[in-house]
Amino acid sequence: MAAELRIGITALMLALVLSISSQFLLVTASSSPQDLQILNAERRIDLTSHIIRVFLTLKIENTGEAPAAEVLLAFPPTEVDRLALVKALVPAGKQKKKTYLPLDVKPTELPNAPNGAKIFIITLHNPLSKGETATLEVLYVLTHSLEPFPAEISQSESQLVYYRDSALILSPYYIKQQTTFLKTPSNKVESFTRVESTNRAGTDLKYGPYSDRAPYSFSPIIVHFENNNPFAVVEELVREVEISHWGSLQITEHYKLVHAGARHKGVFSRVEYQSRPSFSGVSSFKNLLARLPPRVHSVYYRDEIGNISSSHLRTDYQKSELEIEPRYPLFGGWKATFVIGYVLPLQDFLFESPDGRRYLNFTFGCPLADTVVDKLTIKVVLPEGSKDPSVVTPFPVEQRLETKYSYLDVVGRTVAVLEKKNIVPEHNSPFQVYYNFNPMFMLAEPLMLAIAFFLCFVASVAYIHVDLSLRKS
Amino acid sequence: MAGPKPEAVVNGGARQQPSDLLKKTVGVKLKLKTKQQELLIRVSILFLVYVLAFITRLFSVLRYESMIHEFDPYFNYRTTLFLTQKGFYEFWNWFDSESWYPLGRIIGGTLYPGLMVTAAIIYWGLRFLRFAVHIREVCVLTAPFFASNTTLVAYFFGKEIWDSGAGLVAAALIAICPGYISRSVAGSYDNEGVAIFALLLTFYLFVKAVNTGSLAWALASAFGYFYMVSAWGGYVFIINLIPLYVLVLLVTGRYSMRLYVAYNCMYVLGMLLAMQIRFVGFQHVQSGEHMAAMGVFFLIQVFYFLDWVKYLLSDTKLFQAFLRITVTLAVGVGSIALGVGMASGYISPWTGRFYSLLDPTYAKDHIPIIASVSEHQPTAWSSFMFDFHILLFLFPAGLYFCFKRLSDATIFIVMYGLTSMYFAGVMVRLILVATPAVCLISAIAVSATIKNLTQLVRPNHKVSQTGSSKGTGSVKGSSKVTIDQSQPFQRNGAIVLLFGAFYLLSRYATHCTWVTSEAYSSPSIVLAARGAHGNRVIFDDYREAYFWLRQNTPPDAKVMSWWDYGYQITAMGNRTVIVDNNTWNNTHIATVGRAMSSYEDEAYEIMQSLDVDYVLVVFGGVTGYSSDDINKFLWMVRIGGGVFPVIKEPDYLVNGEYRVDKGAAPKMLNCLMYKLSYYRFGELTTEYGKPPGYDRARGVEIGNKDIKLEHLEEAFTTSNWIVRIYKVKPPNNRW
Repeated sequence: MAAELRIGITALMLALVLSISSQFLLVTASSSPQDLQILNAERRIDLTSHIIRVFLTLKIENTGEAPAAEVLLAFPPTEVDRLALVKALVPAGKQKKKTYLPLDVKPTELPNAPNGAKIFIITLHNPLSKGETATLEVLYVLTHSLEPFPAEISQSESQLVYYRDSALILSPYYIKQQTTFLKTPSNKVESFTRVESTNRAGTDLKYGPYSDRAPYSFSPIIVHFENNNPFAVVEELVREVEISHWGSLQITEHYKLVHAGARHKGVFSRVEYQSRPSFSGVSSFKNLLARLPPRVHSVYYRDEIGNISSSHLRTDYQKSELEIEPRYPLFGGWKATFVIGYVLPLQDFLFESPDGRRYLNFTFGCPLADTVVDKLTIKVVLPEGSKDPSVVTPFPVEQRLETKYSYLDVVGRTVAVLEKKNIVPEHNSPFQVYYNFNPMFMLAEPLMLAIAFFLCFVASVAYIHVDLSLRKS
Repeated sequence: MAGPKPEAVVNGGARQQPSDLLKKTVGVKLKLKTKQQELLIRVSILFLVYVLAFITRLFSVLRYESMIHEFDPYFNYRTTLFLTQKGFYEFWNWFDSESWYPLGRIIGGTLYPGLMVTAAIIYWGLRFLRFAVHIREVCVLTAPFFASNTTLVAYFFGKEIWDSGAGLVAAALIAICPGYISRSVAGSYDNEGVAIFALLLTFYLFVKAVNTGSLAWALASAFGYFYMVSAWGGYVFIINLIPLYVLVLLVTGRYSMRLYVAYNCMYVLGMLLAMQIRFVGFQHVQSGEHMAAMGVFFLIQVFYFLDWVKYLLSDTKLFQAFLRITVTLAVGVGSIALGVGMASGYISPWTGRFYSLLDPTYAKDHIPIIASVSEHQPTAWSSFMFDFHILLFLFPAGLYFCFKRLSDATIFIVMYGLTSMYFAGVMVRLILVATPAVCLISAIAVSATIKNLTQLVRPNHKVSQTGSSKGTGSVKGSSKVTIDQSQPFQRNGAIVLLFGAFYLLSRYATHCTWVTSEAYSSPSIVLAARGAHGNRVIFDDYREAYFWLRQNTPPDAKVMSWWDYGYQITAMGNRTVIVDNNTWNNTHIATVGRAMSSYEDEAYEIMQSLDVDYVLVVFGGVTGYSSDDINKFLWMVRIGGGVFPVIKEPDYLVNGEYRVDKGAAPKMLNCLMYKLSYYRFGELTTEYGKPPGYDRARGVEIGNKDIKLEHLEEAFTTSNWIVRIYKVKPPNNRW
């Protein structure tokens, strides 16, 4: 439910951005891609933060004989490694009651793709018959695609970055008409590649329209512009979710944060940083926002050497926001590691499925707003004595099982470990861990403690009454 | 039919007897009950005291957080972490290249491992029992835990020297005594935390051994001594006090077989065990500080020999002659041996630290590095009052009681009290050593006084009891009763006095709690102040700087700072330092002092020769934090000048006055420390209505606002400017 809702919201956003109605090209994929063609393609690239979101609207027509159920998307090989997510939606319904249905997207190998272009397959719900057209909305997210230039800046300079792409959309299909829009965060654009019919107005840069381009057309462009948004990258995030059937869910998150923008060079002057905040260290950031579930309590924020006192927690009944400040402002290349921990009420996250199994429903991804996570590990620590764990995720992740020993554990707790690389906020969708658990195991640890205390008392009673002396003195 | 009858008879016969038996058993039960009640009360008081000693030390955790405090504990924490991660053998053979660059330090051979091993064993034990604790929590709570254990030892010690009442009072007093709390709050993970426990345990076991003459107790006391040696350098106090005590017993004619057994066993075994600690090694036979113990050891053999001879010889005259000859011979041989040992260098002379204990002015003239530490200063009267409160007055009263009932045990506690009080007067930090003795002796005073008073308060009860109690008791009781009858107001007086005692003790408890919460619970890493609106402002600059070093400098960077911050930089910043709080190499420290007090280009050469990458200074001018490097600077000059005569203290003073404003000495205004502290400070307005560059810690406007740095550049300054880090630039290209 929540997943659909989220996708619905994303789709709504897409609809807002793509309010211009356009004609679209059509493609068949099943056997020969040439059977499809794209009537109209519009691409909007959002360069305002360090996470690049590309909205692509395709109007596809089937020119072949056979019905086509699959549409191919092509990406240059350099982009694929930085591609965090690809989503495709198809609009359904009329103008006002328009809804978007998500489509299945899968990477695939195509032997005849030129220059190692990587292909993704979108499977349509209703195959296109001859001459039929369809509109597809595609969202893909790129990370680490802005290269700072100059690579090192001093405290007083602002950060300039390169963005490399193609003026033409890479596609295995013939494209009749296409336009590309780039949105930069500010008016400051140092330079950009001029291809025939390039326009720049304010923060918008327009390439096109171009008509009648052959499949796999490519025209490299480079844009050099100012981007002072925080380049907050979590190199490694380990989230540990510990389930206690006594009513709480304990979450511990270990962050390795880095400012991935232009490296800081030379002097850091506190007096400049304090007295001229608008000119000094504009690309640095000093606080981050973590969005936590509602009813969170016992929140802590610390690192290897102790508590970090600069954090604020705001809670209401819908959400909790934790504003954290690392110990020092992060300039380009500076790192900070820290731990956030909190406790959530169990009934909000643990449910019983109709077949009697229990399952945890928890959000994947990173709670920090606007951050990229290079490597995310989620460890779900199941209670001692739980059996047969199985994980259901909305996208493929690496999985394995571990054992962890916590307080008073004898056989250890089963830990379901999920790993995924290159995570963006769009990955924040729920996943489920199913397992079997006998509530009797809840009593094991209290009983153990009770027995230990009892034995202790028995021993002291025995000690008082035992007389080991050989002679009575 | 015949069967049941006899049974009935048996029952009937039994029915008669139980009524008697019942009476008897009830009587026994009642008697047992008072005994059991007493035991129950005693155990529950002890338990409460045990818990109290622990929780009163948790103020620091409540006020701040569960963290390691101050300077030395950070080294202990770092080594404990190493021990738990890499195991004992690695720890024992650890050569630390992260401190004293480029010399390094052999950690295993230059530390007292008792504390770390204790914490590691507790940690491993808890882990084994499946308590998933972090080693930091173990370290933070080690000192309170051992303080609780000390109360138990104090109870048994008090019971040994006086009675169980005095023991209970001693346990209660020591549980909350500020003199002890100052070094054992949660987070104060220092040697003293376990050493006071070990010290008191050794003394208790030794006194027990002397009282019983039991080899087992003496053996236990040797092991107590071994633990003490492994934990703290203060063991020298034991190895000198116990021989002194034995000597006093010998001189006062209290020599006995019990003493002989106790001392010989304790000394020989204790010495052999102590030699196993690498840092101590052969000092027990080679160092001047340990020679007294050896001398007494030989002396007691002479006594034993004489005793034996006296037993053989019945002629007193002959024995007198023999005595004279033997004593002369023994003293002669002893002094010759000592002289030869000293002259040949086999026995090392007394160290400076030892001298400075005997002569408070010694360190000031000869060892500035000892004198520069604030806790090595002579104690002010106020701090005695602060740390002991009413115990300061109860102490002499307790001494009076001890002298009134002189025994081997009370002689010991009197000697312990007097010597440690002297040392407490010499050095502030040694108040800690005196605290157990003061508590014990005061406990005797309190216990004895209250006991006397309560006996006066309930004379009627006493009369009824006298009948049943022993003969001697009844005589005493009846004599008291007669006094009571003659002086009826005495009872009222006693009640008033009891209330007075109660009032004093409750004042003591209030004072101790107040001192603990206000004065002794600050971690000194995190500073807290009151803001303009009464809110609590936290200055966490130290950790900000150390964490910046840890994250954003190359892993092999060398940081130069004054030695105070060395342990913290290595533990929290994880970077190599030039000098640290283990002040084993005075020249190295003097080199750093010289660099800090030279002009920038001279200092640059020194820093180049030491491979320094970063320089860290502590500066309180923005926040008004007074224990910063500018206020410590004269010690750097003194220590630097002590080795390098180029540095002269008068160059930094104007008419003998230390200033940083316009009237300061020119050398002061341009030395490295001044430049690094005040770099670009002249642009900052710190206080409303004051000119820019107003130093709030010293209350003056600085004298040099136009500071240019040639060879260094500002790398990081914390949000409140308390820590400033500079990067040493690489040398300029020559062409």
